[in-house]
Amino acid sequence: MRQPKSAIRRAVVLGPQRHVPIVRTAVESLTSSRRAPIAFVSAGWEERESEDGEFRDHMQRSVLNLEIWGRVERIFAADPELLDAMRLRHDTLRRLQELYRLRLEGLVTAATALLQHGGDPSLVEPETEGAIAMLQALDREHVDRIAAVHVDFEQRFHPGERDSVVAHRRELEHQLASAAVLCIAGGHVGVLLHRLQLFDLLTLWGDRPVVAWSAGAMVLSRRVVLFHQAHSSAQGVVDTEVMENGLGILPGIVPLPHSKKRLDLRNRLSLRLLARRLQPDACILLDDGDRIDWNGAEWHPHRGSRRLNAAGEVLEESR
Amino acid sequence: MSSILQEIEQAATMGPHALERLVAQTTFPRVEGRTVTFLYQGDGQEVTLQHWIHGLPPSLPFRRLRGSSVFVLQVDLPPGSRMEYKLGVMMYGRGALIRDPLNAQSARDPFGANSVVYGEGYRPPEWSTEDPDARPGSIEERTIDSVAFGEKRPIQVYLPARFRRTRRYPLLVVHDGRDYLGFADLQHVLDNLIHRLELPPLVAALIQSPDRMHEYAADDRHARFLVEDLVPQLEAEYPLVKHAGARGLCGASFGAVASLHCAWRNPGVFGRLLLQSGSFVFTEIGDHGRGPVFDPVVAFVNEFRRAPGKPSEQVFLSCGVYESLIYFNRSLVPTLQDTGMAVRLQEANDGHNWENWRDRLRDGLTWLFPGPLWMVYE
Repeated sequence: MRQPKSAIRRAVVLGPQRHVPIVRTAVESLTSSRRAPIAFVSAGWEERESEDGEFRDHMQRSVLNLEIWGRVERIFAADPELLDAMRLRHDTLRRLQELYRLRLEGLVTAATALLQHGGDPSLVEPETEGAIAMLQALDREHVDRIAAVHVDFEQRFHPGERDSVVAHRRELEHQLASAAVLCIAGGHVGVLLHRLQLFDLLTLWGDRPVVAWSAGAMVLSRRVVLFHQAHSSAQGVVDTEVMENGLGILPGIVPLPHSKKRLDLRNRLSLRLLARRLQPDACILLDDGDRIDWNGAEWHPHRGSRRLNAAGEVLEESR
Repeated sequence: MSSILQEIEQAATMGPHALERLVAQTTFPRVEGRTVTFLYQGDGQEVTLQHWIHGLPPSLPFRRLRGSSVFVLQVDLPPGSRMEYKLGVMMYGRGALIRDPLNAQSARDPFGANSVVYGEGYRPPEWSTEDPDARPGSIEERTIDSVAFGEKRPIQVYLPARFRRTRRYPLLVVHDGRDYLGFADLQHVLDNLIHRLELPPLVAALIQSPDRMHEYAADDRHARFLVEDLVPQLEAEYPLVKHAGARGLCGASFGAVASLHCAWRNPGVFGRLLLQSGSFVFTEIGDHGRGPVFDPVVAFVNEFRRAPGKPSEQVFLSCGVYESLIYFNRSLVPTLQDTGMAVRLQEANDGHNWENWRDRLRDGLTWLFPGPLWMVYE
């Protein structure tokens, strides 16, 4: 997978924007220009990508919807070979995720059992550490495996060099030239990630400021972590999976949007496992109104922002 | 004695007006904890409750209150249960089966409708009713040229909302599809679960046999129809994912037998099976006692138990504990598990009926085809 050649100097990560939109405030904190338009990515919403009326109303300034999803659909129509290749890759990724899940189940069960084991800590804790290390090793192995699939895809099909993609990339470069801030909305995290990758959009954007929320924040982090502890029984014992590498421009965090809905915040055991497994990254809980800022060197949480500590406790920023 | 029964008996001694007032003020059947009180008022000489709960006598007599035209019956009904029933009213030597005049709740099936009483705690699932926020899918009429049956077969095809040809969809083949639409609210279920991201957008082929009691009874022609006629023609016409993990078979009763039989005959074609109240009757010794229509079913299930192979990848079974078939479904689970398939059995305090099958669809479908909820972060 191509990692963007970008080192974002300023970024803001937000909670969901549907009910408590604060993206305008975030954008205004990143640019003093009222004239420069906002570049907007809502590809995670697939065929609803263009339904951006609420966002435009809220922003009260010029918005350029980059129509990343729609562009890829048009590319597929013009380039069936690429469509077939991406479908094949999709199938491979899905099968690998299923196989990973099979391996994960046993390790999650073991680590969970050890975390709640009441025996002598001097005996139990090293075993627990070992079980969590095995989980982390599996996550790494899986991510590497997925990355190899992407590399193979790049080498065989050269998506960035295909005429159909190059033309759209040129258009995007032109659109982005005048924009002050790039906003990336949520939606389907896999669709969003893979379509951003196709255009290598973050490289085109360079080091200018970004605001991202929900799946938008997830794809910018180092690893895309899927989670839903409150899911119906469909997923079985596994409630957290690593999907693959993210775009890696927001270091050190695992964004967990909709934590109140998707995580069982009363289940300390499960949160403890989640936090320890994903170390050294910090698990950031992102709900309505939440915001943390990146200044190119470190994170600055706003008042009320929350993260998990290694004990599975939710710590709230009081500054 | 429950309080309502005391009230009824007291009202009966006070005359018809008191009883009419009580009936007007009370919902019957009356559910109090595990006790359900049925009341019938009329000219019948004998009244019975006809039901399909395995383990109880099929006909439960009401008791006539002395000197009145009021009949009462109390039945033990565990929490979360549904019980479908009719009243048998005998008058002047002639009997009639009627729906309970005091009960507005009914459940439909291909033979008409039954009255239905809900045990304490049971609610019809909200995800099976129309949700104005859920964009509806569409249903197309199609014809399959069947070599297996030597004729054209009409089917219906459910396409999810926002269907588009550049996307690929899993395929669910539903036996008795028209009945699932009509009696198990299948379209609302699919629309809602897809809207809620619990189920991926999928294409459902709704098939309806003109002779289900034979064609669904482990008939090789039907298995060929599905694998050699239906699936290839659908894959040529619709953008479908072409691997077993994205193909499912669904059916209830004999439809479940047809599903398992087809998968057994064609391993590796259908990776997901949803088998509801399957008529998986087998024999250890002797005759099955269920009539000749079950002969091919029993022969198949006996053979399947001897040599199950690995027909599929994931199997979700559901069955009501008030069905005689619960024994056969429970017995099948270890055999299925031994094949290496992932297997779940969900039991319900319900009988062999369409609303039982409707109520299990969410858990079954979302386990077999997990939706993108896992992938969507708003």
